[in-house]
Amino acid sequence: MLQLNNVETFYGGIQALKGIDVAVEKGEIVTLIGSNGAGKSTTLKSISGLTKVKAGTIFYNGTDISNKPAHETTLLGIAHVPEGRRIFPRLTVKENLLMGAFSVKSKQVIEERMQQVFHYFPKLKGRLEQKGGTMSGGEQQMLAIGRALMMKPDLLMLDEPSMGLAPIIVEQIFEIIKELNDEGITILLVEQNAYQALQIADRGYVIQTGEIKLKGNGHELITNDEVREAYLA
Amino acid sequence: MFNEVLHTIPQVLIDGLTLGAVYAVIAIGYTMVYGILELINFAHGEIFMSGAFIGTAILLVLTGIGWVSSLPAIVMLIAVLLITAVLTGFLGMGIERVAYRPLRNAPRLIPLITAIGISFLLQDIVRFIAELKKGNYIVTGPSLFTHQLSIKASSVSSIFNDATIKTSFVIVLVTAVIMMIGLDLFVNRTKWGMAMRAVAQDRETASLMTINVNKVISITFFIGSALGGATGVLFAVQYGTIDPYIGFILGLKAFTAAVLGGIGNIRGAMFGGLLLGLLEMFASANLTLLSHGIFGAEYKDVFAFIILILVLLFKPEGLFGKPVTEKV
Ligand SMILES: Nc1ncnc2c1ncn2[C@@H]1O[C@H](COP(=O)(O)OP(=O)(O)OP(=O)(O)O)[C@@H](O)[C@H]1O
Ligand SMILES: [Mg+2]
Repeated sequence: MLQLNNVETFYGGIQALKGIDVAVEKGEIVTLIGSNGAGKSTTLKSISGLTKVKAGTIFYNGTDISNKPAHETTLLGIAHVPEGRRIFPRLTVKENLLMGAFSVKSKQVIEERMQQVFHYFPKLKGRLEQKGGTMSGGEQQMLAIGRALMMKPDLLMLDEPSMGLAPIIVEQIFEIIKELNDEGITILLVEQNAYQALQIADRGYVIQTGEIKLKGNGHELITNDEVREAYLA
Repeated sequence: MFNEVLHTIPQVLIDGLTLGAVYAVIAIGYTMVYGILELINFAHGEIFMSGAFIGTAILLVLTGIGWVSSLPAIVMLIAVLLITAVLTGFLGMGIERVAYRPLRNAPRLIPLITAIGISFLLQDIVRFIAELKKGNYIVTGPSLFTHQLSIKASSVSSIFNDATIKTSFVIVLVTAVIMMIGLDLFVNRTKWGMAMRAVAQDRETASLMTINVNKVISITFFIGSALGGATGVLFAVQYGTIDPYIGFILGLKAFTAAVLGGIGNIRGAMFGGLLLGLLEMFASANLTLLSHGIFGAEYKDVFAFIILILVLLFKPEGLFGKPVTEKV
């Protein structure tokens, strides 16, 4: 479904990705783990088109999407929930959700999708008129995922959804990610919380200073000594 | 003295609201662009001026072929407003495309200086064309509305003097208010208005919502400039005589209004404009009296800029500025 071949990305003179190969097959949960500054977020941004790719290619369902702008890759069914949620703070919860369905014309379809979002995140239903910026961290994360679901994505990319959340909320979020995957959504998950991510993942990649250091299925990586030492200690 | 000030209140209200409405609509253009790009588009005053000239030119041409006398003035005005709004809308959009977009990621001072450059350019182009066509860059258009109404404020209370109001003032006020309400509905109730707010709050994330950010920025410039240009027509209708430099002071005052209301905040800009207009007219009517003749009415402009400085010093986020905590 998604193939990154030898992708290199720069921020000015700084090379953040030094030739990355990542593949995601339809229906999988794939996780990217690695320490701070390794290039996890940059990988997602390169896919969605928030950053320019200097070299290498990115193919999605057979089309070359390298350097397609973000508003076009998202139209192809790739939803990117960015690091730190990035809720529109002065839009209401309802408006935030509507933004996710910006490309949808039909009121009825929008309404149906909204109901699906409430199915996963019932709490949002009672908060529709609240300003996004006044929601708690956990609520904002739910809203961010809900907003992405309004696009009805085929590929959902989540950047550290567990960041700063209480363990019980993290548990819920991971449950929902699994549920979404069961519904047929392919997941690319970036996590610091490597143990939990590898537990639900089919496969994983370990990324270090812009390079893929290790890859394997979830179980292999959890039991790998190097991974245990560096990320699961 | 207090009574004398009170006498003038009805006239101050009428004149102040009319002037304030003009400031308000122009202020919207400054604030919308600032909200979305954090750019103070100094060329906006010149868009207003271009609108005044385009509107006057259309009126002069139509007078030449005899249409102005044969059609009701209000129909004429609406037609001229619409045509001018569309033309200045495209002008503003074009300026963004050519001059600001290539500098989107440059340090902020650079587009700011570019905007000042565009201001001079527009002044000179308009002056050149006006001199070419009319032999003089000061142009007087046909008067569409010449009636005067008298408001018997003295019958409400004998403290007030009667006020007079020209029909053109009523037209300016009503049109400006319609534009403000229309814009408010657009921004708060429509999908593209929502997209505009989303882009202003977080451009990158908005693009992840399938929103074409460049398109939203173009629309923002179009709307702000169309409103500014239409206000230029209103100004020409109100005062009759225009020159290529009217955009400078008026633009600065509208900018003051935008800062007063909290730059980036559309309703704040509207309120700031009305407030500034009222204060200025109040000063113009009463400064001589209140300062025992030390300051004349001509100091009313200084008044506006004193307000600007005071706001920048003591409440830089404006009267309705968004609290800093929300600006994450
Ligand atoms: N906008 C930027 N400008 C300059 N350098 C950047 C920018 N964004 C990221 N970088 C650099 O690129 C490298 C990779 O950053 P990235 O955000 O992808 O890391 P990450 O793996 O997501 O880290 P974290 O776990 O802290 O989120 C880092 O060295 C970072 O400093
Ligand atoms: Mg990151």
